[in-house]
Amino acid sequence: MRFIPVTCGEQDEMLGSVGAPSIDGLYEDIPAGARLTRPLDLPGAMGEIELAAHIEKLAAANEDGSRVVSFLGGGCYDHYVPAIVDSVVSKPAFFTAYTPYQPEVSQGTLQAIYEYQSMICQLTGMEVSNASMYDGATALAEAALMAARVTKRHRVVVSATVHPEWRETLATYVESGTLDIVEVAAKDGVSDGAAIAAALDDATAALLVASPSFYGTLEDLRSLGEAAHEVGALFVVATDPVLLGVLEPPASYGADIVVGEGQSLGNAMSFGGPGLGVFACRKAHIRQMPGRVVGRTTDVDGRTGFVLTFSTREQHIRREKATSNICSNHSLNALAAGVYLAAMGSDGLAGIGRASVAKAHYLEDALVATGRFERVFGAPFAAEFTLRYRDDVAAMQARLHESGYLAGLDLGRFSADDAGLVLFAVTERHTRAVLDRFVEEVSAL
Amino acid sequence: MSDTDRIDARTAKAGTREPLTGTLIFERGAEESRCVEPPVLDVPSVDLEDVLGGHARAMAPALPHVTEVELARHYEHLASANFGVDSGFYPLGSCTMKYNPKVDEWACRLPGFARIHPYQPEETVQGALELMWGLQEALAEVAGLPAVSLQPAAGAHGELTGLLTIRAYHTANGDPRRRVLVPDSAHGTNPATVAMCGYEVVQVPSDERGGVDVAALKRLLDTDVAALMLTNPNTLGLFDENILEITSAVHEVGALAYCDGANLNAIMGWSRPGDMGFDALHINLHKTFATPHGGGGPGAGPVAVSEALASYLPGPVVAQRDGGFAFAYPERSIGRVRSYAGNFGVLVRAYTYIRAVGGDGLRDISGQAVLSANYLKTLLADAWPVTYDRTCMHEFVMSGGPLRKSTGVRTLDVAKRLLDYGIHPPTVYFPLIVDEAMMVEPTETESKGTLERFAAVLRRIAEEAAEDPGLLHGAPYSTPVRRLDEAAAVKNADVAWSPGDGSGR
Repeated sequence: MRFIPVTCGEQDEMLGSVGAPSIDGLYEDIPAGARLTRPLDLPGAMGEIELAAHIEKLAAANEDGSRVVSFLGGGCYDHYVPAIVDSVVSKPAFFTAYTPYQPEVSQGTLQAIYEYQSMICQLTGMEVSNASMYDGATALAEAALMAARVTKRHRVVVSATVHPEWRETLATYVESGTLDIVEVAAKDGVSDGAAIAAALDDATAALLVASPSFYGTLEDLRSLGEAAHEVGALFVVATDPVLLGVLEPPASYGADIVVGEGQSLGNAMSFGGPGLGVFACRKAHIRQMPGRVVGRTTDVDGRTGFVLTFSTREQHIRREKATSNICSNHSLNALAAGVYLAAMGSDGLAGIGRASVAKAHYLEDALVATGRFERVFGAPFAAEFTLRYRDDVAAMQARLHESGYLAGLDLGRFSADDAGLVLFAVTERHTRAVLDRFVEEVSAL
Repeated sequence: MSDTDRIDARTAKAGTREPLTGTLIFERGAEESRCVEPPVLDVPSVDLEDVLGGHARAMAPALPHVTEVELARHYEHLASANFGVDSGFYPLGSCTMKYNPKVDEWACRLPGFARIHPYQPEETVQGALELMWGLQEALAEVAGLPAVSLQPAAGAHGELTGLLTIRAYHTANGDPRRRVLVPDSAHGTNPATVAMCGYEVVQVPSDERGGVDVAALKRLLDTDVAALMLTNPNTLGLFDENILEITSAVHEVGALAYCDGANLNAIMGWSRPGDMGFDALHINLHKTFATPHGGGGPGAGPVAVSEALASYLPGPVVAQRDGGFAFAYPERSIGRVRSYAGNFGVLVRAYTYIRAVGGDGLRDISGQAVLSANYLKTLLADAWPVTYDRTCMHEFVMSGGPLRKSTGVRTLDVAKRLLDYGIHPPTVYFPLIVDEAMMVEPTETESKGTLERFAAVLRRIAEEAAEDPGLLHGAPYSTPVRRLDEAAAVKNADVAWSPGDGSGR
């Protein structure tokens, strides 16, 4: 396929105007040793019809959610995406636009981001939200760096109940030695409050916890927050925003920064990316917040309008003194989240949460009743839960896969300590009939 | 002034319709309005307060209450107040705003790609892994560097990844170094990334031809320098003629050369960063391999590196194994830079694009992008001076300095006036080393006619500046809103609506 509108004849005319004998002539500044003198070793061009067939074949080689019943979660969830969401994000005026540097012709993007920020503030209870970050993991890492800037301290304490890949990302981000990380082991599937309190000191910039945690458990955020504030550290809470229709917002527990993976808000799983990094904080810290922010203002005629604001924190102005190197956001994913939340409304979001929670508890009870699984943690959970399988997890999963199920996430792959534990995620898409059939299959193991 | 008082020539033509933007989604609809009904609960209901252990939400978040038609119209209004590549010419320098084929969008939405989970067993996602492997191979070939990680989520994220990889390499060699050299023409992300990695930033001046001042570079190079971070072609749109001398001088002191791949669209199939002596490169898939920019993201910023750095790349990467494909983790990996394996949806678009155009197509794309830029520069030569008058790559930087001196009209005014002609302005005030800079990148997907019209409009604006500078100071006139009060935006810090703002509900 060819996406160049200039014809060969026009190309010759253009070369004539430029005064170059050929396109090769335009590359004369490239020294001989740096020139590629052979064609790229890549397959040849394809027409759209054969290309589509090739791509469809690759897609068909994957077992997607329409072909298997999946109980996989761990930060990426198969919630239903209303049709209106794709209709909006498919509008070329949104998806073919760039960063809104010229606000006069970017009001659509800017207002949509402002509305997204507003909705995130409503969900989390925080005062300000940025325009989004790459994903939950990078949002957590940036929260740690931000806490260090705010407190001028160099140490962060992170609970081991935070998603292991998020903790790995955090470790990579602070590899440069600018921050020390202290990781506190979990106890009974939740943060170990006493150990965390012991780990906090007056050099601690932040305490990082997740609720729901990676095990699906709900943490005692109130006492964790108090412990953080007692030493003057910021309290950073990671959460799953889709559940904030039914869960108390992190702000109620004194969170200073709230982060989360926003994929579940109207975005496809898409093999784990792109996701949507939710990032919200208190207004007092807005100048230390990473990423873009949109503000509401007026134009010369007094009309309401929106602009990128607080850009003096950003890399294009402050360069090496910027709050972070981020020069983009996941704008289209944030747009999808905004459309999703508006389509749901508070009742709808609560309904999604209520259904997910009820179905998760229904499945948990039923799986325990089969005698194949047992409860290991006593803490409450929302829509995701951990059970111990009484036998070989891999064999169980392989057997159930033959019957068309992806039977949860084997936590042994993240930590040898968690061998035998399986994490199940349930959404509103799992019908009772599907859950019952799955339980029957488990009973027959 | 109320909205009805403001019926000017433009809105009168369209009748007395409501303003396209400004009314928030929170201010539409009614308390009882719904778009999507909550699901029917087919399992026994639970007491949330009870099962959530006291964490049940007491007060509902104030989300909008709208019907689907209100939602659809709201976003259609917002969309019509937006300018995208599909709306018109978008010559935003350094951003490579080219037209994106629709087949790429179709591809990433196929359920086989959109509805798969990152933790599925590898045998259930062989198509996805094969695609990622194919993309890794293609990017390695274009880069001239053997190893690729697709994980970074954006260009700046790729920079961070690349530099951390270099850092890990030096550390493993027992040779921690403290400084990174960055040219004065570099993207702002470069120095910010260097600082994030805990290095000291040292600026390298440009020479009179717009390239790196090699003598100055050599004075700055010593065994405490970890890397040079260079964009080539650079942000002036120029290919650094001394590139081989530069990278070899960097290597002589044991430092590594990092290439910011933002401008890869100019050289695919003509010159490869690996062959120029670079050790690491990030590739902005969204710019070069045609993923729509989405109003600012998502993109993807894979990193390609030399053999020496390969084992430090973040995982997972995709490897061929037992006749199939599997995730693998480089031996001395710096660790992951995000969750899961990357912005897969963007990877699907990039792969689809590369297969559509093929290897020769990539070379044609770069060739045409460079020809279009040079043609446009020629058309504008007498009216809009270029600071460094050399053959440019896929973009060039004009200076509005002379126009400002003669008329008082600034580059910002010119940018705003372009909006009235239905053209998105070029990048303005970057790079910082050019007075009143205006950076133009036409890309290969614009027709000869579009380039000629743009040149004619810019010439006309230069005439307007001479005739009536006030006209330009007041521009734009035809956009949904006009110049916005950015100082007030900071002062008032109105960054989120809340129910107290008077929604009428």
